Amino acid sequence: MQQTMTQSAAPKASPEQITAAFYDLNEHDHPEGGSTMLGFWIYLMSDCLIFAMLFAAYGVLGGNFAAGPGPKDLFDLPLVALNTAMLLFSSITYGFAMLAMEKNKVGQTQLWLLVTAVFGAAFLSIELYEFAHLIHEGATPMRSGFLTAFFSLVGTHGLHVTFGLVWLFTLVVQIGTKGLIPANKRRLMCLSLFWHFLDVIWIGVFTFVYLMGML
Amino acid sequence: MEAVDHSHWSPLLGRLWWDAIPQEPIVLATLVVVVLGGAAMVAALTYFKLWGYLWKEWFTSVDHKKIGIMYMVLGLVMFLRGFADAVMMRIQQSIAFHGNEGYLNAHHYDQIFTAHGVIMIFFVAMPFVTGLMNYIVPLQIGARDVSFPFLNNFSFWMTTAGAVLVMMSLFVGEFAQTGWLAYPPLSNLAYSPWVGVDYYIWSLQVAGVGTLLSGVNLIATIVKMRAPGMTMMRMPIFTWTALCTNILIVAAFPVLTAVMTMLTADRYLGFNFFTNDFGGNAMMYVNLIWIWGHPEVYILILPLFGVFSEVTATFCGKRLFGYSSMVYATLVITILSYVVWLHHFFTMGSGASVNSFFGITTMVISIPTGAKLFNWLFTMYRGRIRFELPMMWTVAFMLTFTVGGMTGVLLAVPPADFVLHNSLFLIAHFHNVIIGGVLFGIFAAINFWWPKAFGFKLNEFWGKVSFWLWVPGFWFAFMPLYILGLMGVTRRMREFDDPSLQIWFLIAAFGAFLIALGIAAMLIQFAVSIWKRDELRDETGDPWNGRTLEWSTSSPPPEYNFAFTPIVHDIDAWDDMKRCGVVRPTEGFRPIHMPSGTGAGVILAGLSAALGFAMIWHIWWLAAVSFAGVIGYAIIHTFNYKRDYHIPVQTVAETEAARTRQLAAAGA
Repeated sequence: MQQTMTQSAAPKASPEQITAAFYDLNEHDHPEGGSTMLGFWIYLMSDCLIFAMLFAAYGVLGGNFAAGPGPKDLFDLPLVALNTAMLLFSSITYGFAMLAMEKNKVGQTQLWLLVTAVFGAAFLSIELYEFAHLIHEGATPMRSGFLTAFFSLVGTHGLHVTFGLVWLFTLVVQIGTKGLIPANKRRLMCLSLFWHFLDVIWIGVFTFVYLMGML
Repeated sequence: MEAVDHSHWSPLLGRLWWDAIPQEPIVLATLVVVVLGGAAMVAALTYFKLWGYLWKEWFTSVDHKKIGIMYMVLGLVMFLRGFADAVMMRIQQSIAFHGNEGYLNAHHYDQIFTAHGVIMIFFVAMPFVTGLMNYIVPLQIGARDVSFPFLNNFSFWMTTAGAVLVMMSLFVGEFAQTGWLAYPPLSNLAYSPWVGVDYYIWSLQVAGVGTLLSGVNLIATIVKMRAPGMTMMRMPIFTWTALCTNILIVAAFPVLTAVMTMLTADRYLGFNFFTNDFGGNAMMYVNLIWIWGHPEVYILILPLFGVFSEVTATFCGKRLFGYSSMVYATLVITILSYVVWLHHFFTMGSGASVNSFFGITTMVISIPTGAKLFNWLFTMYRGRIRFELPMMWTVAFMLTFTVGGMTGVLLAVPPADFVLHNSLFLIAHFHNVIIGGVLFGIFAAINFWWPKAFGFKLNEFWGKVSFWLWVPGFWFAFMPLYILGLMGVTRRMREFDDPSLQIWFLIAAFGAFLIALGIAAMLIQFAVSIWKRDELRDETGDPWNGRTLEWSTSSPPPEYNFAFTPIVHDIDAWDDMKRCGVVRPTEGFRPIHMPSGTGAGVILAGLSAALGFAMIWHIWWLAAVSFAGVIGYAIIHTFNYKRDYHIPVQTVAETEAARTRQLAAAGA
């Protein structure tokens, strides 16, 4: 349609009109960060593939106990349920932080972020307690293919949560010093995507590793 | 070679000790040459006071054009290293007969074939392809830079940091002796106890971060930053292929990262992903790495398909035949490249049905590729063909690549593959497609876009000399390998018992010699062109009568690419503008918003290289310090909110006025 328009317009149009049809003469600065959410989402999908590989490795090695302990000997479902609850609560509280951000309330945003951090830290502490307990019982990652895959998958998720916490504290400081400027809002949005993404991954871990392991 | 005891470890230097300096005379001589050459270069840069210029104008630049050129330089330097490895192998294999062991011991030879593959794929083909996309894509879509300019600079330096680690392994320690994909159990600690595989892992990990982020960046750029009016189906084909390649990068490189991390865990922490005992599974490694590896070959070739499309349309003076079928063929290849990986190991024993599936998908992929070839041929049909250098490389590609593609279809038949697996037939096949496709494409692209990047054309005489040495050189070097492979010669052999094979290796070595002359001619071409640049100068910005937007701006383009963003109404936007008689606006300029340069990329990549080196040599304190440095510096960098500036209106007006005078003088 555009093509026919220019062709039919071409014979009559003045040079100025043609120039104006082919160049944006009244361009304004593009708002910064227009690609950030898309870019970050693409990055998250690549991160998702790393988890996909770890899930695949667990799928392949998950039954290779090498005469060592299996899921039924090791997993403590009530503890994992508590852990899951901590992470899910942290996602809800992050949602509250985003609502506060929408209302431009710096203090409230910071408060909810810190509550999120408390739940996140609780999740990590319980996970570390679980790992320490397993290792104490001799179920180390070196013991079997199953334990290698288990510790790697769950541990990689835990490392992500750790980095999320470092990022979260950085943002608490940054919105404290700079306020809820557009750049900081974008960063909060990215961390929000990241945090919920880790939740989704954990649902996979909980189902695929813990629940199905205990069935 | 007698085993050297490398069990030494100290808290300060880890495994690093005097025994890390290789004792082989060839390596020592190279070390001396490199040290002297490096010292001379540093002295020259210091004497001519160029450090500040390089740092300010290049290393810390976030301009996609400069980063693109730096990628190309990295690719060229590493290409010379990778080619030196190739020549050493050709010489070894052509003399190691009649009980002669040749001049390379097994330890050295095994490192050479590993390094050759790793360097050529990761540090030659990838930088070349990424460099081209970086330079060309923003210009083709009418943008002023990429979506994330700082990330772009950081990506480049991470790739370079990986290359530095590989180069370091030549003189400090050793490189892997495992072949370019480092299959376990050979790459496990039990069989590769020293630093070779660790160099492999950490150089790929560091460079892989750069590749992945550059993929994210270019996807976002193409999706978000196209000029108004440029719908997806009006994008230049090179941009389309770049989009598909970057989708492949983002969907494939995390797999490599994950696999390398698993191998790291096996080697450093005693995990059992790929071990022979305790429930590890080495075949899982082979599966996972080829889930990255097969898309990788399409990551390399797709952008060059784009280059050939642009070159063919430009030098035939007509619109590309079958634009939409070209786009769909590219998309089909993108998807199919994920369902063929198992053809790399039909002999694993997955059973007839699994092998059939992957055999058929592999053959199916030749259909869209064939469609592309026909599109190029039909573009040439009744076109007004100008046989300039880019077009010559394109024709050479069509002939060479088709043969490589057909031997690929042969290998896709599982029973045939059982005979030819791991033979020199396979080596000939993939060099046939990578050299005939990727490398010839890069040469076409360099000859095509050099005038855009530097404002003068490349010397045609030396370009033709290079072409006529390269193309026959390729055929001499690799046709004998097909024959040897059919006779059952396997890859990676260091010496031979059957003297009747020698003649074929001598012919292959002669081919390598021709290629060496071709490379020399190409370097002379660059030197002569730079020397005589005033005679070769292109004042118009459009030396080939181009069709896409990069030819609508000056050569080299100003920092901001376009003073006014073009509006697109058709495929081949610049050709459309020329046909409509668009007059370039010469007034009413506005200040232009641009990203500022930063040294953060260099610093973060430097710290990452230090981290990699520390991990390779088990220098734990340095690993901890550099890791903390990476995290800490990255956080500090996020506290810098002032990352952009405006080019004032006077500067834009002056630059554009100079361009107006230049165009008037050129009579355009």
